[in-house]
Amino acid sequence: MDLTRRAALMTSAAIAANVIDPFKAFAQQTPRKGGVFVVHYGAEQRQLNPSIQASTGVYIVSGKIQEPLVDLDAAGNPVGVLAESWEAAPDGKTITFKLRRNVTWHDGKPFTSADVQFTAMEMWKKVLNYGTTLQLFLTAVDTPDPHTAIFRYERPMPLNLLLRALPDLGYISAKHIYEGSDVRQNPRNLAPLGTGPFKFVSYERGQHIIADRHDGYWKGPANLDRIIWRVITDRAAAAAQMEAGQLHYSPFSGLTISDMARLGKDRRFVVSTKGNEGNARTNTLEFNFRRKELADIKVRQAIAHAINVPFFIENFLGDFAKLGTGPIPSVSTDFYPGANTPQFPFDKAKAIRLLDEAGLRPGAGGTRLSLRLLPAPWGEDISLWATFIQQSLGEVGIRVEIVRTDGGGFLKSVYADHAFDLATGWHQYRNDPAVSTTVWYRSGQPVGAPWTNQWGVTDATLDKIIDDAATEVDAAKRKALYGDFVRRANGELMLWMPIEQIFVTVITARARNHSNTPRWGSSSWHDLWLAE
Amino acid sequence: MRILTLAGRRLAASIPTLLLILVGVFLLLQFAPGDTVDAMMAQMGGGDARTAAELRRFYGLDLSVSAQLGNYLWRLVRFDLGFSAIYGKPVATVIAERLPATILLMTASLSFAFFFGLILGVIAARGVNKWPDTLISTVGLIFYATPSFWFGLMAIVVFSIYLQWLPAGGLTDITSTATGIWAVLDTARHLVLPTLTLGLIFLAIYLRIMRASMLEVLNLDFVRTARSKGLDETRIITRHVLRNALLPMVTLIGLQAGTMLGGSVVVESVFSLPGLGRLAYESVVQRDLNTLLGIVFVSALLVITVNFIVDLIYARLDPRITTGA
Repeated sequence: MDLTRRAALMTSAAIAANVIDPFKAFAQQTPRKGGVFVVHYGAEQRQLNPSIQASTGVYIVSGKIQEPLVDLDAAGNPVGVLAESWEAAPDGKTITFKLRRNVTWHDGKPFTSADVQFTAMEMWKKVLNYGTTLQLFLTAVDTPDPHTAIFRYERPMPLNLLLRALPDLGYISAKHIYEGSDVRQNPRNLAPLGTGPFKFVSYERGQHIIADRHDGYWKGPANLDRIIWRVITDRAAAAAQMEAGQLHYSPFSGLTISDMARLGKDRRFVVSTKGNEGNARTNTLEFNFRRKELADIKVRQAIAHAINVPFFIENFLGDFAKLGTGPIPSVSTDFYPGANTPQFPFDKAKAIRLLDEAGLRPGAGGTRLSLRLLPAPWGEDISLWATFIQQSLGEVGIRVEIVRTDGGGFLKSVYADHAFDLATGWHQYRNDPAVSTTVWYRSGQPVGAPWTNQWGVTDATLDKIIDDAATEVDAAKRKALYGDFVRRANGELMLWMPIEQIFVTVITARARNHSNTPRWGSSSWHDLWLAE
Repeated sequence: MRILTLAGRRLAASIPTLLLILVGVFLLLQFAPGDTVDAMMAQMGGGDARTAAELRRFYGLDLSVSAQLGNYLWRLVRFDLGFSAIYGKPVATVIAERLPATILLMTASLSFAFFFGLILGVIAARGVNKWPDTLISTVGLIFYATPSFWFGLMAIVVFSIYLQWLPAGGLTDITSTATGIWAVLDTARHLVLPTLTLGLIFLAIYLRIMRASMLEVLNLDFVRTARSKGLDETRIITRHVLRNALLPMVTLIGLQAGTMLGGSVVVESVFSLPGLGRLAYESVVQRDLNTLLGIVFVSALLVITVNFIVDLIYARLDPRITTGA
């Protein structure tokens, strides 16, 4: 075992060395104009408009073509893109955006506050995943002039919540393209029109998407001539194409863990989690409280104590993951409450004691309890983690049967039919707990809503903290409330989020100005260039 | 005229089969947990209940199963394959876009397998139990026993990464602006590795069948007659034996055309080719019923067509078959 650990550590060191060098060494060069950047596109989406679908599979393409009101800068702070400035009224019910002037759509029409109004009311509020909940209390967007958009809310909307959410949930679409049509069926959803540095050229389903530099971009033309996204569904094949030089960039952990570790040692590539801090996720262990044994907190605690998470991370995930401390990941500097909350370190003796106390004595063959575990089918780490849970719990007398399904089957079984005892998948953190996280804990979620509290439990204390935090306009008080939230959530162990991961980027060492913001893969790449 | 009658009979016989297949696939997919909205939410990596409810209304998933099936069949009668949930386009268009790559790959690898299978089979039969036979049979067995994804990946490692002779994937080089003959050559270059990968497994089957069938025919009386007439061995093989030994090979082509259409998911994924296999796989995972049924329908049509052509070739190779019918 020691050998494995040492090997893992050496690998990490090699990766770290490779990561740091290129960033520093080439920071001073002048950008080279021109070149074609080829991107690995692993999962084709049904459409490419980020105003109606929030997912990295859309941003990786359309984030270069369409732009949000606000993005994150290198330090992770909100910075205006299509919005130049913003201001919230003291009661939190009105937020005013001053929009950038002299911005045009790729078809030459001017960008105005009417576009913002239309996108917010017709897309974010009605169609966009996460957006429909975020903008639930948005009543109107007023447009006193072409460069001012005033968002009016029925209940207070914390400014920092909106600003954290808008980089992902704030992409603007052109009103003149979508007005009067069913926004979901508009053909331009597959041929996006935007204000960004690259303009859409063509999309061959199953093969590739092409976008070319837009010379009239408001920040000045981008460095690259063209970006091509190549559809490659097989991860091993994508790694081979990286090596063959047919691909420059594989975003969002698109290759297998072993290939990422291997390419990390190759000088031709940079393998790093840098530039993905805005796309943190945690591995979950979800409990079904309808099983009376799991409704007992001692059993849930015993399960957590029985699993050696640091060992799993070190030997299976290596450098790409770290020990999680709760629902708010440590990269979330605005809300992370620290690790000083209830934790469940590996302690097999304690786990056995807790199970005994809960009245679960070993029966025939030493089995105390039999559980069905459903792992989500995305990501090989989930599959490994499920097997590790099975093995670890076997040690304390809990027999685990792993039930594998595909994506649709997993969501239906867990979140609609509640046909599981344990489930495991990813909680994707979207920069503010109110956007992506509290729904996992808040009671009263409609049956069938994926990634929400479908555990069959209500915690009135937690509900109150969540509701208070969602409308608290004072940033400091809000952060404190989310500290309370994590303490209560971990203490009650409604679900467990013991591993924190950030997506891994694999990119050619010729690329410059990459990974320089926390959501770089989704960002506009206007300053990206390729060295000779 | 006789051909037309044959065609008509074949077509009439295939309609109930087609209907059974379609209804079967439809019902099977109903048993799969989750619907296309679940699959879509999974793909988006997050969403909320309001979005999901809105999407279910949008895709018309509130109807009963029998109503959905009835609607589907009624549309099919009017040659309307419906609308694809994943692609947001008519299914017929989606399939038409994918069909060329599949047919190209299938024709190339079947021809490769058939041609080399035939030659190697003949060589092996002529030198039966001597070293050429042993060598060819062993190599054939290795090809047959190797999984195609491994073959494909190893071919990429050797020919694309180390030797850099051939592209690692895709159908064309999108960074080049070649036209005319150069574009055709470019596509041909991209097809070399996938064709070999898919073809090698089939090659093994063809050469085994060809060898067995040659050996059988070589022992028949008319071959002895030909030999006693004093014909030389090459002439006996090409004029007398080959034609008779080809019948099982032709049967096999008809059967394998179907397998190749569905079985190239692996090769299409490894070489990132936009074919029907990947489309079918994606529609199952995404629970896109219309697209899947459309693919089943088109594949069934293709298999029926290929089998019809095979029947015609039978008649050409062995005139007794036509007189018998």
